[in-house]
Amino acid sequence: MSLTVIRPGILTTIQDLGRTGYQRYGVVVGGALDPGAARVANLLVGNAEREAVLEMTLGGSVFHFHKPMIVAVCGGDLSAELDGGLLPLWRPVYVNEGSVLRLGTSVSGCRAYLAAAGGFDVPEVMGSRSTYLRGAVGGFEGRALKAGDELSVRQPGENAERIRQLLTPEPGEDAQIRWHAGHFAIAGSGEEQIVRAVPGTHFHLFTSKSRAAFFSQAFRIGIQSDRMGCRLEGPTKLQLEAPLEMLSEGAVLGTVQAPPSGEPIVLLADRQTTGGYPRIAQVAAVDISVLAQLKPGSRFRFEAITRQESERLYLAGERDIQLLKAAIALKLRAI
Amino acid sequence: MINGERGGHGDYELFPLGDCAVLIRFGVVMDEALNRIVHAFAAQLEEKPFAGMIECTPAFASVTVHYDPLAVMRSRTQAESTHSTIYETVSLRLRLYLPTLEPSDMQTERTVVEIPVCYGEEYGPDLAFVAEHNGLTEEEVVAIHSGSSYLVYMIGFAPGFPYLGGMPERIAAPRHKTPRTVIPAGSVGIAGNQTGVYSVATPGGWQLIGRTPLQLFRPGQTPPSLLQAGAEVRFQPIARAEFENYGRDA
Repeated sequence: MSLTVIRPGILTTIQDLGRTGYQRYGVVVGGALDPGAARVANLLVGNAEREAVLEMTLGGSVFHFHKPMIVAVCGGDLSAELDGGLLPLWRPVYVNEGSVLRLGTSVSGCRAYLAAAGGFDVPEVMGSRSTYLRGAVGGFEGRALKAGDELSVRQPGENAERIRQLLTPEPGEDAQIRWHAGHFAIAGSGEEQIVRAVPGTHFHLFTSKSRAAFFSQAFRIGIQSDRMGCRLEGPTKLQLEAPLEMLSEGAVLGTVQAPPSGEPIVLLADRQTTGGYPRIAQVAAVDISVLAQLKPGSRFRFEAITRQESERLYLAGERDIQLLKAAIALKLRAI
Repeated sequence: MINGERGGHGDYELFPLGDCAVLIRFGVVMDEALNRIVHAFAAQLEEKPFAGMIECTPAFASVTVHYDPLAVMRSRTQAESTHSTIYETVSLRLRLYLPTLEPSDMQTERTVVEIPVCYGEEYGPDLAFVAEHNGLTEEEVVAIHSGSSYLVYMIGFAPGFPYLGGMPERIAAPRHKTPRTVIPAGSVGIAGNQTGVYSVATPGGWQLIGRTPLQLFRPGQTPPSLLQAGAEVRFQPIARAEFENYGRDA
């Protein structure tokens, strides 16, 4: 046993990058809602990027560590504190035996990810450690964490040991690790965010008023939003020009569906594998993290981009992660 | 405008679904022959996935193919490297599978799966409504429902949930106006002209006529779903005692 959950907070689950290969059986992909933050957190502690991490929602979580270990917290700023002091985000941190990590309230963002060197030790179900709440599958007993749960972390590899050396130097040496990945943080907190999206396969079937409103009006993140999707509220309801008979078809991350209510839903990690609502738009994969970090009640606007641009942004985002990986490998080799 | 492009072989359209998926649509109606094409195409992809393909999701009349853009990019041939986007490369790779679809691929025998159902009473609280709505007795509804065979067009909505075709219209019934907050796994229901079996406990508005003791979603088993698309389903009425003792002897 490596750490105890003292308080789970609003919703804390174990997630990795999702469960692929089983969508044909209706098994949802799931995984971290902000995959970028989860990947970076893992890389910072020397893990493979798809290792299992804790996804903490809106703060309130408290953990007690029973073993010294290397951790990193990335994603939203939920006022993380380690033994009463501010815990720096987006960088590896050495945690002592007996330490307490506490998340307060959200300064910016909605979800924070805790990676521990070695990765959280829960069994893989269908090739993934992600918790799928509705199916009661994966993660920690197929459910959200509760007070008193005891989590184990697997034996960390060589990378973690090198990072530990960097973080706990001999007396008299500089104790501060100098590298961090803060540039992955979603910029801006208070003001209205922008989410880039490509017009969807049914965009042209919506009324001109709906089409115009979609890319101009401010949307509010509804309180009913969850791991399945962001429910959006806006002054203009999105309506089709004429009723559309639609068969269920495959659904993907970031699809903006418009059900008859006219209030769109952006599909997130725990989306169904198939859906039957018209697709008014498709959020660029790179901006899924922006949505995942928007709190219920906050506002944003969609900005139209082309499919080509969206793909270019995706590749650029992946390049950033590769660069971070290479930079960390270089640092560790230098020790 | 992001409309699909029409293909040359037979009738299909390709649509981009975000940065990591393509939708191939063979039609817009629920049709057995179309559905056979869907599953033959999906089977080919599974058998010989292209470099960078992750998985595919067959549906009523379409297949969604999920891919890893970086892996596709790294596996591009010299000819493909002139493509302006990864989507274009994936689309062209997908088109290569289509002409090889043979009618013989689509003549496969259907697996028949029998699903025992305890109809009515607490397991089927809406059986009386479905009967009344159609001017039938409860026994007649059960006889019609269990006397037909159904095609599993696709699995979706929830893990292991089958979309079934072939329910006689004589037992059709509208959904509940206000969905129930929880429907137990195994519940057999009717919604419009469709019948289905809830594979996990979820909220839902279907008229519940019975329940099966079988587990449709089997996490960790291979495959994790009792039913697969293309199978034929028959419902077998069982008594309450049989439902309650189901699986105990085994």
